[in-house]
Amino acid sequence: MTATTAMPGVVGPKGAGKGASSGAPRARGPRESLMSRTAAMLVMAVFTLYFLVPIWWLLVASTKSPGQLLTTPGLWFADFNFVENITALFEYRGGVYWRWLGNSVLYAGLGGLIGTLIAAMCGYALAKYRFPGREVIFNVVLGGVLVPATALALPLFLMFSQVGLTNTFWAVFLPSIVSPFGVYLTRIFAAASVPDELIEASRIDGAGEVRTFFTVSIRLMSPALVTVFLFQFVAIWNNFFLPLIMLRSEELFPVTFGLYTWNSQLNQIPELRSYVLIGALLSIVPLIVAFLALQRFWRNGLGAGALK
Amino acid sequence: MQHKKKAIAALALVGTLALAGCSTASGDGGTSAAGDCTPSDGKVDLTFTSWIPGIEDAVQLWNDENPDIQVAVQTGPNGNSGTYQNFFNQLKAGNAPDLGQIEYDALPNFRVQDGLVDLAACADVVAAEDDFVPWTWGQVTLGTEKEIYGVPQDSGPMALFYRSDLFEANGIAVPTTWDEYKKAAKQVRAAGGYITNFSQTDINQFAGFVWQADGQWFQNDGDEWTVDLTGDASKTVADYWQDLIDEDLVSTYPAWTDEWNNAYNSGEVWSWNSAVWGANSIASGAPDTAGNWSVALAPQWNAGEAKAGNWGGSSTAVFKGTEHLYEATKFALWLNTSDEALTALNTSANIYPATTAGLDLPSLQEGVEFYGGQKIYDVFKEAATQVNPDFVWGPTMTQTYADVADGFKAAASGQGTLFEALENGQTTTIDALKAQSIPVKE
Repeated sequence: MTATTAMPGVVGPKGAGKGASSGAPRARGPRESLMSRTAAMLVMAVFTLYFLVPIWWLLVASTKSPGQLLTTPGLWFADFNFVENITALFEYRGGVYWRWLGNSVLYAGLGGLIGTLIAAMCGYALAKYRFPGREVIFNVVLGGVLVPATALALPLFLMFSQVGLTNTFWAVFLPSIVSPFGVYLTRIFAAASVPDELIEASRIDGAGEVRTFFTVSIRLMSPALVTVFLFQFVAIWNNFFLPLIMLRSEELFPVTFGLYTWNSQLNQIPELRSYVLIGALLSIVPLIVAFLALQRFWRNGLGAGALK
Repeated sequence: MQHKKKAIAALALVGTLALAGCSTASGDGGTSAAGDCTPSDGKVDLTFTSWIPGIEDAVQLWNDENPDIQVAVQTGPNGNSGTYQNFFNQLKAGNAPDLGQIEYDALPNFRVQDGLVDLAACADVVAAEDDFVPWTWGQVTLGTEKEIYGVPQDSGPMALFYRSDLFEANGIAVPTTWDEYKKAAKQVRAAGGYITNFSQTDINQFAGFVWQADGQWFQNDGDEWTVDLTGDASKTVADYWQDLIDEDLVSTYPAWTDEWNNAYNSGEVWSWNSAVWGANSIASGAPDTAGNWSVALAPQWNAGEAKAGNWGGSSTAVFKGTEHLYEATKFALWLNTSDEALTALNTSANIYPATTAGLDLPSLQEGVEFYGGQKIYDVFKEAATQVNPDFVWGPTMTQTYADVADGFKAAASGQGTLFEALENGQTTTIDALKAQSIPVKE
């Protein structure tokens, strides 16, 4: 993004003007000298490399046979065993990896959806209704953004133990549907993008509050909701500590935790190494898909939250 | 009005979900005091946590034969990677499993935290002592007279893995003492290699060396702990390896990394003093050297001695809070002594048994291709009987390992010595014990 705005002279990609299409003539930034542009590009190139090389290594490693993993250069291909590796992974221990992948999709997908819905309702209510204690609630929720989820895992475990919910689906799912950041973002967005006049209009037309929310407001808020959903999806998918604390039964593990349990035993059971590698590669595919499919909304939502 | 109904329906749905959650929870949160070792009436359900992949298959054998004692397997990462912490959390919450896998060096920690049931009340367990390799029993009695805190599961007797092709081609005799080993190290260095890699982080391997030299890092007289990381044996071992490092006779790659594997695979490093389970680590880490390795008994400190160290091994322990001590021990004994279970564990997860009879499993009688067809387990069987039975672990091994490893890493890069790292570990370990209100004798 920075690249396109830094070079306004170049014909921008189709979507580039979208954010600034408020009718004003396109802003012409100060022209950068060749030196500083080159330096910026160089810095970005280095960072890009820094982030992409591990993924490239993972991709290469997952095509190698277990023997070649350690004996051939890490950044280039040896014999191509990609399909064999995947087949072996899916057959190992009765395809338990499939199960983990499915669990992750369920935790992250369903958890993300419900978490987004709850955050949207909460943020919308805080933005559009006036009631005593509104700011207090909002500030408490904001405070929640500051508390890392890891710090809550152990207290949650002790509480869930009281009600006998540890080592169940709910032990991971219920904490996952809470998103203080989502509430914050949806509140800001609802305040900015849902005009009071529109709500008034639907009230006059006879729609109740819930119906107004689901038929009018939620549509106007959709860019923010996609952002919240993506955030939640990624956070739940990558959440590793909570399952570590809560789960004992292999059939409930999400894929991150499952791979970690294998990885922790490499010293004594080295055969697991290639399963961990190929498993890690496959486990990021859903994240990439989610990002590619939703990134347009993601960007709009982030921008809207930041600017308005 | 319609939307209100919807809202109520949604609320009701959430409520039912929560209830459904409650009803599917397994309710084993009982905290009744562990009593005597007598059979319970009726069907018994046990939970057992272990991180050994494929242990379900062994447990399935048990469940098929014992419809009245059904064992559910729970799993997780390797002990120090999270499962131990989970055990402590569960003990605090009162929902620990009935049985759990605990490595020997972690047992004292669970004991001082009062998490384990003393199995001495069970006559079957007491009677089983003779089935086990004697020193493994010492690992579960924790140096006490009568108390038993687990059933030994596996062991890691140490021996010398070496590149027989390179030793032979260069006319170097296989060392039988540590003096010869050092001489060989110089010859290997002259030939362009390193005799071995000194691991800065595998403090339990170093403990294995001290163990072989009859060292004692910890002792417990029932009340107080004695910490002695700096005794004569430790000093001998530390000085020995310090010399090898100083004279550049050993490499110091961080263990278990790619460069470490590569050092073995490329023939740069010629031997490894490791435990029985290390046989697989080499085979997968250095595949290009297949057929060129052999195994010999570990070099001795004094010529003519027959002593071995140990690296690793775990036990099956019973947690406080279990209501079925009798059934739990019955299962633990079956899992760790019966032929069918030991065979299943050995084939699925390379578990090396702790019982005397287990050392003769058919799968341990065969020549191993990677080692040029050598029957390597014959060597380990001999080593298994040479381990000193009196070695005791301390209650804060994770901390001790971490602190000593910090010092070892510094020593490997030329700052300080291995022995200084042990001296520092001695101090920090005593501090850690005191911080936990564990009495220390000074």
